[in-house]
Amino acid sequence: MTEALVSVRDLRIGAVTDSGRQVQIIGGVSFDIAPGEIVALIGESGSGKTTIALSLMGHTRTGCAITGGTIRLGRHDVTGMREARRAALRGTEVSYVPQSAAAAFNPSKRIMDQVVEVTEIHRLMPRDQAEAKARDLFRALALPNPDTIGARYPHQVSGGQLQRLSAAMALIGDPSLVIFDEPTTALDVTTQIEVLRAFRAVMDKSAMAGVYVSHDLAVVAQIADRIIVLKGGEIQEEGTTEQILNAPTHPYTRQLLDAFEPVPHVPAASPGGTILEVRGLFAGYGAVRNGEPAAKILDDVSFRLERGRNLGVIGESGSGKSTLARAIAGILPAYRGKVRFDGTDLHPDLAHRSKDQLRRAQIVFQLADTALNPAQSVGAILARPLTFYHGTKGAARDRRVIELLDMVHLPAALRHRLPSELSGGQKQRVNLARALAAEPELILCDEITSALDTVVAAAILDLLKELQRELHLSYMFISHDLSTVEAICDEVLVMLKGKVVEALPATGMRDATHPYSRLLISSIPQLDTGWLKGLEQDPELMAQFMRR
Amino acid sequence: MLRSATTWLLVGQRLGIAAITLLIVSFAVFFATELLPGDVAEILLGQAATPEAVAGLRTAMGLDEPAIWRFLSWLRGLFTGDLGMSYVNNVQVSDMLAGRLANSLRLAGIVTVICVPVALALGIASAMWRGSWLDRIVSVLTISVISVPEFMVATLAVLIFAVWLGWLPALSFGVEVDSLGAMLRAYAMPVITLSFVVAAQMIRMTRAAVIETVNTPYVEMALLKGASRRRMVLGHALPNALGPIANAVALSLSYLVGGVIIVETVFNYPGVAKLMVDAVSTRDLPLIQSCAMIFCISYLLLITIADVVALLSNPRLRR
Amino acid sequence: MSLSLRIPTPARLGYSFNWTGRIGLAIILFWAVIAFIGPWLAPYPPGEMVDWDYFGGMSGQYWMGTDYLGRDILSRVLMGARYTVGIALASVVLACAGGVLLGMIAGVVGGWFDTLLSRLLDAFNGIPSLLFGLVVVAAVGSSIPVLIATLAAIYLPGSYRFARALAVNVNTMDFVTVARARGEGFAYLILREIFPNILGPVLADLGLRFVFIVLVLSGLSFLGIGVQPPHADWGALVRENIEGLSLGAPAVVFPSVAIASLTISVNLFIDNLPTRIRDRSE
Repeated sequence: MTEALVSVRDLRIGAVTDSGRQVQIIGGVSFDIAPGEIVALIGESGSGKTTIALSLMGHTRTGCAITGGTIRLGRHDVTGMREARRAALRGTEVSYVPQSAAAAFNPSKRIMDQVVEVTEIHRLMPRDQAEAKARDLFRALALPNPDTIGARYPHQVSGGQLQRLSAAMALIGDPSLVIFDEPTTALDVTTQIEVLRAFRAVMDKSAMAGVYVSHDLAVVAQIADRIIVLKGGEIQEEGTTEQILNAPTHPYTRQLLDAFEPVPHVPAASPGGTILEVRGLFAGYGAVRNGEPAAKILDDVSFRLERGRNLGVIGESGSGKSTLARAIAGILPAYRGKVRFDGTDLHPDLAHRSKDQLRRAQIVFQLADTALNPAQSVGAILARPLTFYHGTKGAARDRRVIELLDMVHLPAALRHRLPSELSGGQKQRVNLARALAAEPELILCDEITSALDTVVAAAILDLLKELQRELHLSYMFISHDLSTVEAICDEVLVMLKGKVVEALPATGMRDATHPYSRLLISSIPQLDTGWLKGLEQDPELMAQFMRR
Repeated sequence: MLRSATTWLLVGQRLGIAAITLLIVSFAVFFATELLPGDVAEILLGQAATPEAVAGLRTAMGLDEPAIWRFLSWLRGLFTGDLGMSYVNNVQVSDMLAGRLANSLRLAGIVTVICVPVALALGIASAMWRGSWLDRIVSVLTISVISVPEFMVATLAVLIFAVWLGWLPALSFGVEVDSLGAMLRAYAMPVITLSFVVAAQMIRMTRAAVIETVNTPYVEMALLKGASRRRMVLGHALPNALGPIANAVALSLSYLVGGVIIVETVFNYPGVAKLMVDAVSTRDLPLIQSCAMIFCISYLLLITIADVVALLSNPRLRR
Repeated sequence: MSLSLRIPTPARLGYSFNWTGRIGLAIILFWAVIAFIGPWLAPYPPGEMVDWDYFGGMSGQYWMGTDYLGRDILSRVLMGARYTVGIALASVVLACAGGVLLGMIAGVVGGWFDTLLSRLLDAFNGIPSLLFGLVVVAAVGSSIPVLIATLAAIYLPGSYRFARALAVNVNTMDFVTVARARGEGFAYLILREIFPNILGPVLADLGLRFVFIVLVLSGLSFLGIGVQPPHADWGALVRENIEGLSLGAPAVVFPSVAIASLTISVNLFIDNLPTRIRDRSE
């Protein structure tokens, strides 16, 4: 084996918390990267993957500091050198592709100025030569109008393009190592494909090594040679991509992989009549003129949900799937169309619905962080709907709160805590328990697993199924993640620009007929190293449905 | 730079709001001074008022007409420069104001010219080297200045420069202004005091504006491209902070309005503010109204400029 | 019990204040106590001429010297605390209570009510504060209730704007939407869901506004239109004894020091609050 390009030995990084306490966030991590090799750092939030990646550039975020160990990059000792020497390495030896290119581009400077800045800072080449090189990179990254795109401002190009432009910015200094920090996480799946393809193409051609930080094993499988699995700031397992995907040895890796396997959903046996029927629903935001709002979102949406069954709604950002849930709940009153619940029409505005109608359909939101009042204890949060809907008080209420916590598998002692003291998964369970407190028949779940780590999300899905069996619930499940929908739903609506383009049985999603549903479904990364290479997508179809 | 029609629409809206605000303010000033107190005629005639004399004076002053009518004619007067007669010394208010306004504007102008460059330099420098000794000293000084009343800065200046050091006279305009040196000495104390008050605000706001942009991901990106601290702040943060800084400058200058009232009183400086404070003690209503309007207009002008600058500098509104 | 309103206190969330913040707090508490018990601590009756000499220096008998009439400055400063702290506190509480209540209502109700109120109060903000005081006093004369009402009126619009911005932010949070979807009434939304979540920044804002009010009150008194003789707040004490400035008399120095110590310590305390409380204050 040739000598490693990067070698990290016993790296320790500490942080100071708000209350001034010292904590260790990276505890003794060691690994090597060979020249030209792409290594993925995989882990959930808080695993320290981004912190490690940034430390390779000698950079730590405010409040953090490298407390021990060494990082060697080529012949440079990154940990031992002064800040000015590190600055000389950045951009030329090691460069960085950020998670959100939209935030990482300076809004007041033209794209070209920012892309060639590295050559200017390190005096690598004259300006016209740098611009010519940038245009070559734009071409290699399959950017549209490579000769003129540099003259634009960042807000004038799309997110997927910006992400590729930020790669050009990282590559222009011919570094020996490029760090990709979750570069496709913020993108829609159909955009993600383009960006991944572009990254692969340039990395294949060059001899650069790469570090690819991600939480998504399927994405990493397409691009990495080797995978390092991290948890809690420590390495769990390290191996080639094939070995990690096919023969994992560490139980945590297996858990991560298992979360990918959709557990086939067994539909409830007894569909007992229609619980929810939506007919010709239109809704939107903004000032209402002539009975129609300024920004129309939902466009003639109709569907029917049987009692005891689950309906999935999928679509990319801006497809109107969350708006649909809000319109049904009456939070955003529909301006046309009907919502029928268990045989009776509901008023579009929730202010005119009866307390009992409100109680029977509950809504649960995506971000448990913002869905729980930070100033109230878990007990108070769960007690309120009990008092409000059922008039339960005193000891009976306390008993019921403990029961509810037990239903979502949380210890009773948790009721004295504030939401800020809970983990993400615990918050989402409390969020669910609050909906259960109303004793509803239908729960509208708006992306409730999207913000969670894969393992935690899988546990929440299991909980939803269990609750459904015990309480005879129906779910409307909104998600951008197909495997989640596959795991829990009986039927799926595919949405595009406020319209339902296709309704499918969840088990038959691969047999979609509408071109957009096929594009969307085929864009979901698979846990298979050859998936991206083998993926055939009709470029015309892509152009038709891609936004910009 | 080209800007879209919506930007100009928003700017126009801001100006419209300023105009409406001015109307409301003038309404408030007029009615606060005209309607609330006892009868003006009685006040003017004092102890010697007989009912007949009061009635005569009321008619002569037009006080019998409806309030709204008097307001409108007063407003018309404001526009045409007819500010009415002073109750106390029977002189046209506009004549009393003319020289005083020039004095006040000169004071404000000198302070602005001194403050803006100094404050911007210090504000940006302390943001660039955040946590350094320079930043700490500047922070302690500015927080001390903005925490104390303006008159204290003035008295402290007198104590230091006039009493202990003996460099400058304590009062500006008691002394003869016969040479350039004497004039400089006369202006020095009010200018020093006001500059401290205004600059402290400006430094704090400038520093905050720059720091806010320094904490953005694109400045971190510049760091990761190998940029020096200088380049990060001057090349990346500053262009995006220009709007907030210009906003900060205009807003801090509005502190001139409050500061000038105190400073002119302390140093006996013959400006509009001194005139107004004296008018308050003699209850000379037309004079108070005119002075108040001058201050309100300049204050509104400055905060409207700050608003418009903030609007124009928003890069998202750029075409 | 489980429904009781939980305020995020420092102890509950593990905040710690640094030493600058603690010194600030100590001085604030000191003046608060003096405002209560000052008159009993005063060595001489504040209004009585005790020394034949005027502008006397510091001595064992008169710790802070004597004023232009030969009154004991220490006694007058102790008594002045009651006026300065009392009036400022009363005004700031009035201003913030009114501003926060209106701000929350406007932030949640929205629509024309919000637009109208916001425009009106913004227009009010277009009058410089000291000038507003001057005009009102010129119109209705100066008394302590007038001062309190005027100062409260000056600072209500700012407090309104601040609270409204916070309330609008909290109002868009999902937990408020959940409560609304549950069918909760307006009062519950404001008092239980929104108010506890804006309390921290609102209290920090109250502190800053207190400083502004102390400054304007002292300014008004310094101009002779604030607290009227024979009573005197700290600003009025400076005005009374301004003639002694050229002599460097302690009579003009100590009231100034009192004002500065109060305002600087409030600023220090707020600047050193944990960011989680302060995060949205200006």
